[in-house]
Parts: sequence; structure tokens; C-alpha cells
Amino acid sequence: MSHDAHVYSKSQTEYEYTRRVRREAMRGQVTTFAIMIFLTLIAFSAVAAGFSEYFIVPILLLLAAIQVVLQLYYFMHMSEKNHGMAAFFLYSGAILGFTLFLTFLTIVWWN
Amino acid sequence: MSSIAKKKGFGASLWDYLTTVDHKKIAILYLAAGGLFFVIGGIEAMLIRIQLAKPDNDFVSAGLFNEIITMHGTTMIFLAAMPLLFAFMNAVMPLQIGARDVAFPFLNALGFWLFLFGGLFLNLSWFMGGAPDAGWTSYASLSLASEGHGVDFYALGLQVSGAGTYIAGINFLVTIINMRAPGMTYMRMPLFTWTTFVASALILFAFPPLTVGLFFLIFDRMFGGNFFDHTMGGNTIIWEHLFWIFGHPEVYILILPAFGIFSEIFSLFSRKRLFGYSSMVFATVLIGFLGFMVWAHHMFTVGLGPTANAIFSVATMAIAVPTGMKIFNWLLTIWGGSIKVTVPMLYALGFIPSFVAGGVTGIMQAAAPLDYQLHDSYFIVAHFHYVIVGGVVLAILAAVHLYWPLMFNQMLSEKLGKWTFWFFFIGFHCTFFIQHFLGLMGMPRRVFTFGADQGWDTFNLISSLGAILMAIGVIILVVNVIITIVKNEKVGNDPWGDGRTLEWAIPQPIPFYNFKQTPLVRGLDTFWIEKQEGNKEGMTYAEPLSDIHMPNGSIIPLVMSFGLFVASFGALYNGEKDWAIPVLVLGLAITFASMAIRSIKDDHGFHVHKEDILKNEGGNK
Repeated sequence: MSHDAHVYSKSQTEYEYTRRVRREAMRGQVTTFAIMIFLTLIAFSAVAAGFSEYFIVPILLLLAAIQVVLQLYYFMHMSEKNHGMAAFFLYSGAILGFTLFLTFLTIVWWN
Repeated sequence: MSSIAKKKGFGASLWDYLTTVDHKKIAILYLAAGGLFFVIGGIEAMLIRIQLAKPDNDFVSAGLFNEIITMHGTTMIFLAAMPLLFAFMNAVMPLQIGARDVAFPFLNALGFWLFLFGGLFLNLSWFMGGAPDAGWTSYASLSLASEGHGVDFYALGLQVSGAGTYIAGINFLVTIINMRAPGMTYMRMPLFTWTTFVASALILFAFPPLTVGLFFLIFDRMFGGNFFDHTMGGNTIIWEHLFWIFGHPEVYILILPAFGIFSEIFSLFSRKRLFGYSSMVFATVLIGFLGFMVWAHHMFTVGLGPTANAIFSVATMAIAVPTGMKIFNWLLTIWGGSIKVTVPMLYALGFIPSFVAGGVTGIMQAAAPLDYQLHDSYFIVAHFHYVIVGGVVLAILAAVHLYWPLMFNQMLSEKLGKWTFWFFFIGFHCTFFIQHFLGLMGMPRRVFTFGADQGWDTFNLISSLGAILMAIGVIILVVNVIITIVKNEKVGNDPWGDGRTLEWAIPQPIPFYNFKQTPLVRGLDTFWIEKQEGNKEGMTYAEPLSDIHMPNGSIIPLVMSFGLFVASFGALYNGEKDWAIPVLVLGLAITFASMAIRSIKDDHGFHVHKEDILKNEGGNK
């Protein structure tokens, strides 16, 4: 790649465009943050309310999964462009990890 | 290899190699170290075959025999085959995608030094109270019962060298994703780059289970853990699972780059575009995925139950489909080509029947009921030597001949190369074909001797004679290498005359920045396209000539790895010698201190200026 210095100034339209994009990103992050706080509240109150374990555990796992997805897509920017390869490797790893866990569960620990 | 061809003293050259971060020099380091371990592993193989040449032999004792077979397997897989493939990945892949180096040159050097120190540590066991003797798979109940420090050397040595492999794998992944030249889309990458990519992805996912397993073993043996001890609530089967979750992808980590090398050779010497390029890519990725879903086929006889055995059986057989696609694609690449039978092409032609034979016995073993008969017999030994020698080693030998001119600007003798091939190829089939029948006759693997009345004498003798032929082949190769280095005749770029991919387009000797201008890739077989259009330069450039940013060399990777080497001795003698814990701490301190220096001290590299590039240009094109 070339490393000669380039001086580059943004036009007014570009400036406004970046501002708008950033504002939208910020709004997305704040919204997600609020949702995540809300989900955490649900989790805590579900435990505090003392429901049956068979109800609470699946709910907690589900909420945790949602939290992970929100974290990845909004705070770690996977929702943006050019993250296809990262997503591919992430999902491959998740699938493999899940398969291994499933086999250990079924053929090592339950026998 | 530097374009600034100055004659340097021995000390300066040595320092240059100890501190290098240049992928081409690291490739040479990998080639030399991997070659050394290949010879050590080969000597161990010869000892095995001498011991088994006649019944009731007492050439080595039973205990020493166990150490030899363990070290033969471990050395060949971890310290010979993988580093030798890394040598070619390092030498060729960045050139194929039009990059000036790998993404993290510092980490590249670190990966090499970790591997070397891990390998040295493992082999020091020979001189420090006995080598590991629990087999290369080191199944937990046996390895926990093993006396002395052998298995400790195994666990610690592989942990250190495994870290190096992992770093190298991540480095290749990032390089291929981020550093392709303009126009080098994924579907224009040469097959060797593709297979490097998929093999690196397998390293990314397969090595963590090994690391976990080895740590469990280290804790169980040296620090009073009980992960595998069932009397203390542990589970010995977990080692087998962890080992094979790593171990099965490992064989694909080895064979996929071999497939890549052969794909390059077939299209180069058939002077045709690779047949079915996109299906080759698809098959490579599919093999990568399926490779993770089949590990339990190594464990059919453990007693996983019929359901698990059936699932893993079917999954294993499924792998034959993409592999078969590859075989047919190679055959159709040769079909109608203008074939030139050079030494690399000979290896490639020899590879197809050998590997198919290994694949067919693999399918036989995939049938769980039959595997109950074949398990732990010489049939298994024959099978995996057919795929690993018939696939991986033939590919490595082919690549040594194919890429020697690229790496050293010299050509290995074709005549001696053909002698090597025939000795090695005939010796290989002579050694291992007959072992199928030994297995069917009931000879178990890993036995140190057998009785004269068991009817296995003749076949074992034939097998041992074959091993001698293979050894002669390798010796001829070594002679060939020495003669070529002494003669030192420069051959220039594209010495095969039919180079298709970018690496052959670069002027020789390759400047340390590889490309004075980043090339523009206009299709598959970039160099071929340019040649067809009469482009004397061999490349179309994507940018004007300008300053090039390059990294500085550093001794830190070596020191960092040395720290872990020292720490390993501390861990090994824990609870036995007084100095164990201080040495462990000292070693880790060296490693962490060098990491701190690396983090705190800024090193921005340097720029090669336009004027110097113009001055240095040329080589002897």
C-alpha cells in the first residue's frame, strides 16, 4: 500500500452524512443498553420471586443468549458491514462447541 | 534473500536468522528444523523396523521400544510434518496472494521459536531419564501410570510447541483474510492458499482441546490433580475425547495443505487450469467441517454404545465424498493436459493411487463392526501410514523439489530427484502394503517382538527391507540438497517455465519486501494470464512506486520462547527438586518480561525509500 501523505478534507455533505450515521449508531447503542438493563432486571426479579427452578433456569439461559447476541451485534459492531468472516468463524466455533458439549453430555456423562 | 546482496560474516548471518521476522527466512528456519526432526523421526522408524525384522529379536528392550514408537509418532506428526508444511505455507502463501509479509511478522517468528524450543524440550527426554513411552496418543490411564519423567516431557513439550502452532495458524488466517492484493478475491486464490486457510481454521478450533487435555495431564502428573483418575472422581475417557477432538482435525491439518501442493503441481505440469476449481474449494471447506464431526471413530471399541458408533460411522464415511471429488478433479486436470513428468509431478502421480489405497482402508475402518476386528492391529498402522506417508510426506518431498528454486534460487537435480522418488515410493509400498496382511493375520500394533511360530516372520522382514529403501531415498535427497547448495547455480524466476500463480512472477532473488508495487490480480492463475498477454514484467501493478513500510527484526520472540523452555524444567521437577519452583518462576518471569518489553517499547518499523527500491531492482531475471 502506498504510504505517501494525503491531505483530505471532507465536504459539507459528507460531514453531515457522518454525523447522521453516528447519531443513529449512538441511538442504537443507548436503546440496546436500555433493553439489556431491562433483561437483567427480569432475570434478577425472576430469581428473587422464587419460581420453580425448572422455570427459572431455561428463562435465564434464554435471556443470557439474547444478551450475548445484543452485545456482539451492537457493542462489538457485528451489525456493521464487512464483518462476514468474523461472523462465519464465530458461528462455526459456536456450532462446534455446542456439538462437543452435546456429545460429552450424551456419551460421557450420562453413561 | 535480501535484495541488498552484501556478503555477510557467519556471525551476522546467524544473528540475522535469530532475529528475523521475514516470512521467507522463517520458512527456511521451519524447513531446516522440520527436516532435522524428520531425520530424527526417521532414525527412530529404522530402529523399530530393525527390531521387528526377525522374531524374538533383542536389538532393543521392550521398554526402549515403547519409547521409540512414542517418539517416532510424536516427532513425525508435531515436529516434522507440521513444521515442514508451515515452511511451505510461509514461503509461498504470502507471495501467492501478493502480500509483502504475513499479517503479524513478530508472531510468525514467535511461532517458530516456540515450536523449536518445545521440540528440543521433548527430545531432551532421551538424555534426561527416558523418553515418553505411552504412545503418541498417551491415553490417560497408561500415561498416568508411566514411571519416570517421559510423559511429563511429552505434555510440557507439546504444550510449548502447540502454542507456536496455534500462533502460526491465527497468523495465516489473518493474513489471508486481510492482506490479499487488489483483485485477489476468495475465488481467485490459488488452491495452496485455500488449503492453508482451511488448515489454519482447523488449527484455530482443534488446538484448544489439545491444550486443555495437556494441561489436565500436566496437573494430574505434576501438581496433584485428578482429572483422569476415576478413583478420585475423574474420568479417563475424557482424555481420549479431548485428544481425538484435536487428533482427527489434526490429520486434516496435515493432509489439506498436501492436497493444495498437489493441486498446484497437477495444474502446473499439465499446463492446464485446475479442473473444477470451485468444487475443489467447496470440497476443502466441507472436509474442514466434517473433520470435526468424526473424532469418535478412533474410539469405537471404547464402548460408546451402538447409537454413537453408528452416528460417527456414517459421518466418517461422508468424508469420502468430498475427498473423492478432489481425486476426480485431479484426474480430470491431467486428462488432455500437456504433461511434463518432472520430479514434483512424479510424486503427484504416485500420490493418487497411494492415497486412494489409504482412503479405502479408512472407509473399511469407518464401519464400526469391522473396526472391532481391525482395532489396534497392524492394519491400522498400514492405513495411517498410507494416508500420512502416501499423502503428506509425498507432498512434502514434492514441495521440496517444486519450491526449492523459489526459496533458494537454485534447482535440485532432477536426476537424483527421480532416484529419490523411486527408492522412496517402492520402499514405502514395500514397507506398509504388507502390514495390512500382518494386521489381518492378527499382529497387534505396538508389540516389541513376536514369536517365530506365529507366521509373521517373512512379512515383517519384507516390511523392514522396504524401510531400508525409503531410507536410501531420503539419503539421496540429502546428498542432492548438499550438491545443489555447493554448486549454487542461480536459476532465476519461473524455473519450471509454466508457473501459473503470482509467486513465480517475482524476480529472483526475491527482494525482502517481495513486491516493489502491489500487484493487480485479474483472475485465477494470475501469472499465466499476464504471460498469455505477453506482459514481460509478469505482473500488472495496482499502485505507483512509493515508499514501503517494513517491520524491524527482533530477538524478543526467541527470548520469550526460551523463558517457557526454562519454565518447563521447573514444572517437570516440581515436588522432587528444591530448585523446581524457583526455575518455574524464573522461566515465566523471562517470558513475561519480554512480553512487557514488547508491549512498552514502540517499534514502528522502517521505510524502504523509493530511490533505494529503484536502485535494488533487478535480480537476475
